[in-house]
Amino acid sequence: MGLPDFGKYAFYVWTSYGIAAFVMIINLVLPMLKRKEILKTLNRKLRREQSKS
Amino acid sequence: MNNTGLFTAFLTILKRDLTLAYRTRSEVVNPLLFFIIVISLFPLAVSPDPNILRKLAPGVIWVAALLATLLSLDSLFRSDFDDGALDQLLLSVHPTPVLVLAKVLAHWMVTGIPLLLLSPLLAVLLHLPTDAIGVLLATLALGSPVLSLVGAIGVALTVGLRRGGVLLSLLILPLYIPVLIFAANAVGNAAAGLIITGQLYFLAALLVLSLTLAPVAAAAALRISLR
Amino acid sequence: MWLWFHKLGSPKYFYTLAGKLIPWFGWITLLLVLAGLYGGLILAPTDYQQGESYRIIYIHVPAAWMSLFIYIVMAICGAIGLIWKMKMADIIASSSAPIGAAFTFLALVTGSLWGKPMWGTWWTWDARLTSELILLFLYLGFMGLQSAIVDRRTAANACAVLALVGVVNIPIIHYSVEWWNTLHQGSTVMRMDKPAMDTRMLIPLLLMWLSSQFYYGTVLMMRARNEVLDRERDTGWVKELAMEGK
Repeated sequence: MGLPDFGKYAFYVWTSYGIAAFVMIINLVLPMLKRKEILKTLNRKLRREQSKS
Repeated sequence: MNNTGLFTAFLTILKRDLTLAYRTRSEVVNPLLFFIIVISLFPLAVSPDPNILRKLAPGVIWVAALLATLLSLDSLFRSDFDDGALDQLLLSVHPTPVLVLAKVLAHWMVTGIPLLLLSPLLAVLLHLPTDAIGVLLATLALGSPVLSLVGAIGVALTVGLRRGGVLLSLLILPLYIPVLIFAANAVGNAAAGLIITGQLYFLAALLVLSLTLAPVAAAAALRISLR
Repeated sequence: MWLWFHKLGSPKYFYTLAGKLIPWFGWITLLLVLAGLYGGLILAPTDYQQGESYRIIYIHVPAAWMSLFIYIVMAICGAIGLIWKMKMADIIASSSAPIGAAFTFLALVTGSLWGKPMWGTWWTWDARLTSELILLFLYLGFMGLQSAIVDRRTAANACAVLALVGVVNIPIIHYSVEWWNTLHQGSTVMRMDKPAMDTRMLIPLLLMWLSSQFYYGTVLMMRARNEVLDRERDTGWVKELAMEGK
């Protein structure tokens, strides 16, 4: 089962789906990275405070 | 002091703002000069051909009026915010929306009415047909108060920010679009000899809507900004 | 019900609940997307007027619907945040904005990619495209205002007022089709009697729409969780979470 053939519209259809997939995935990945980053910085800050006291 | 009537308070603020505007004339005149200069740029940039200018005129005049209003809006609450008069306004016993309305009315009287008076002159410069000039005045009379009222919300939201100017245009210009569409469309149709009552009714409806809702929203926004 | 509502308002409860729900929402989104894509790209017949190009609607229409829906959600949450001072409502409103802007952007881009083969031009100043563009400006203004105000509570309240003011524009956007009546075709799905579309075309569209709702839910919870973590960073439970490694 290959990809369906959309004839002369193939470019427009696939570009639409490609851009949509890209935007959707970016929107999923960014919050994941953000969460990791928040926890990491917080972790580092807390460790610093602990080692000081 | 507290037992002054609401109407007296309204008039006092109106009078005070008008006096202040009179004392700082340049701030009032600058947006008007901007209005004239922007419009005189179009024949230079596009073409001095009367046929082209006639077609562009309604849109150009309205866009310029919109931008001139936007420029003038900053002065609506800025100086009062800087000297603390705005805090006093919010502490007043009278309902804030009414007092905000007084300030907006003063703002419209010093920017909207001069725009209205200047526009026939600029319409002639852009070769707008004489029949359409009356309609242009009507749309400005109905539309420019809406610009001041809706603009007041945006200024109230951004008054506490150091550089709110660019942000203000981002917030306010999208909200101006309905006014722009119907006003420019009415003038264009009038120039083409079509009926324009629908557009004028719509502008009037927008005016009534913003007259009732915008002061409330602006008052709420001021309370948030000044907290 | 009210107890549950108040519990949801507590950040810690929300954080754990959302953490459990996110995988579910994610998988449901994926399943719905796959089903919708299969139905839309492979099963659905070719449109006799527009040829294969109509398949773009499976992205365009859900994105356009979501762009409106999310703005309305933001306005409602803004109102709740203003009236009942509920923190979670503020968080949901502010986390929704970037997602709504993304959907609006997608609706515009796919509309333009559809317009090129259909109308022979990338962009027409037709009513619905234009109002979608205005909606994008509204979203950007909202996000601009939010990032400009440093204090979180002030930012949330100011944005709530802005969203409520902007919502006045939503009916104008929706009825613009009837007002300006340009070359954009009328709605084909939202008819009371019977949809004008073939069911084989309609079902994938509804699937895609449902999947975008779940997608919105997933990303919203992820963003809201981050926001909660950031706001509550000085509380005990967040510190514990950060110390658990990771």
